[in-house]
Amino acid sequence: MKRSLPMLAALLAGSVLNAAGPIRLLNVSYDPTRELYQEIDAAFARQWKAKTGADVEISQSHGGSGKQARSVIDGLPADVVTLALAYDIDSIAERAHLLPANWQSRLPFNSTPYTSTIVFLVRKGNPKHIQDWDDLVKPGVAVITPNPKTSGGARWSYLAAWGQALKKNHGDDRKAEDFVARLYRNVPVLDSGARGATTTFAQRGIGDVLLTWENEAFLALDELGKDKFEAVTPAVSILAEPPVAVVDKVAARHGATEAAKAYLEFLYTGEGQEIGAKHYYRPRSAQAIAKYPNRFPKVQFFTIDELFGGWRKAQQRHFEDGGVFDRIYAAH
Amino acid sequence: MPRTNFRSPSVLPGFWPAFSYTVLYLSLIVLIPLSAVFLRSAASGWGHVWKTISAPNVVASYRLSFGASLVAGLVSVVVGFLVAWVLVRYRFPGKALADALVDLPFALPTAVAGIALTSLYTESGWVGRYLAPLGIRVAFTRLGVVVALTFIGLPFVVRSVQPVLGDADRELEEAARSLGATRRQIFWRVIFPIVRPALLTGFALAFARALGEYGSVIFISGNLPMKTEIAPLLIVGKLEQYDYAGATAIASVMLIASFLLLLGVNALQRRTRRFMEAE
Repeated sequence: MKRSLPMLAALLAGSVLNAAGPIRLLNVSYDPTRELYQEIDAAFARQWKAKTGADVEISQSHGGSGKQARSVIDGLPADVVTLALAYDIDSIAERAHLLPANWQSRLPFNSTPYTSTIVFLVRKGNPKHIQDWDDLVKPGVAVITPNPKTSGGARWSYLAAWGQALKKNHGDDRKAEDFVARLYRNVPVLDSGARGATTTFAQRGIGDVLLTWENEAFLALDELGKDKFEAVTPAVSILAEPPVAVVDKVAARHGATEAAKAYLEFLYTGEGQEIGAKHYYRPRSAQAIAKYPNRFPKVQFFTIDELFGGWRKAQQRHFEDGGVFDRIYAAH
Repeated sequence: MPRTNFRSPSVLPGFWPAFSYTVLYLSLIVLIPLSAVFLRSAASGWGHVWKTISAPNVVASYRLSFGASLVAGLVSVVVGFLVAWVLVRYRFPGKALADALVDLPFALPTAVAGIALTSLYTESGWVGRYLAPLGIRVAFTRLGVVVALTFIGLPFVVRSVQPVLGDADRELEEAARSLGATRRQIFWRVIFPIVRPALLTGFALAFARALGEYGSVIFISGNLPMKTEIAPLLIVGKLEQYDYAGATAIASVMLIASFLLLLGVNALQRRTRRFMEAE
């Protein structure tokens, strides 16, 4: 079902392309953004209609970030991609040449209109007293997080755990690896994507703590009940920057370049930023944050560029075959 | 049974169209996609292929996939024979229902089966909570993989054995008994030889199905590298990392290994059949 969704979206988008009528955009996104883009799409369509008088219809496709990028490389006609990490859009640029390599400099803030971070979702009352990263590696604590080789969110979680250990131990790489190895020893099941892990934790009742996107954690609270779960925000975490980009060649083929660009620029407007904040994505604009004063607890952030030298390096060292993640599992 | 030799006329006409169609069909549906798999993996060079298939987590996944499928196949043979026996030889209320239940694993989307089995066997599940005090953990272990594969494989054995058992001549058993054979002798020397080819077929089908099974297993296995990752999961994982060549390399090894195994089972079957015809 999940796999057939992008195909279906592709069919829908493809079959109606040449028909006259509204401009159609396909937004290929990662797992937990369904609710965000539903609202963005409606708001943008209203704004576009008011501005140009033309209709625009936006379809969405969701799945693990890597899988979505692969679908686009394989021909899923995405006009815009809004993925979990820059590396996946880099891959589209590199392997399919559908957009230029410097795509990330085309929009403000590294093409990331919202940021997010990794937080902990625990069971009501926090029975295992999980407050910070060190509590995750205690014996008897079961941690749920997806496989970082396939899930974008899980890669952020892994790097968040590594980075905070690095900071705590004054840059000692060996200690950071040891911390992450101990963390994964407490993981009883590795799902392939963020939503799968949320289901494992929330609906199947497995594990004591879920490592997940801040927005996914709060969405789970809203949807599944504040009486069942609590979100715990650690003092130190990673600044996750899920980027957006127009897929130039596809949008040009559809004659939708202008709409696609406007769609992404809309994310940076007051209205777009506020919708983001409403869905627990940390907006870039101070006004939008001010509208939700207690929504985003203060976190001491570090970035991937600071501690890992960017995605390419992090990917190669940690998640490629034979990388650190494989080594952690080969060792025990 | 007389066989029609190549080129010798059979009772029904149309040998050539039928034969050509068979070859064409097998090529289009089976051989061409499979050769694409091999070509794609070969295109990346043997160095990459070897590096992929000899990585420790890949070797561990082969061991799990083939091992668990083998165990599941054997369990299915024993249990499947029992079920078929009960369904053929006894009459009891609800028999039609039981008969229909056997096919359910065929029809159920495997992901549904996986989720259902997982929630049954976790430590808080209906079954898992009674096993946990005994120190038996099923969900997220290799045992869980075997459980899921057995669930998937059972109908293959039942449905292969059932008709054979139904056709078996009961007079043979009565004759054996009147000649003083013990029950054990009757089973091993009269009944078992009759159903052996069917059991082998059922085993081969269940085993092959188990090897390729993905949907149900990934829910119950926990997917921990080196421990409970099955080979098909690694294939999907490689694809998601843009490593098409690596994915096809893993797939090729599975294809070759299962082809050889199935060839072996077929040979075994032919031998038993010849043996029976000779008697």
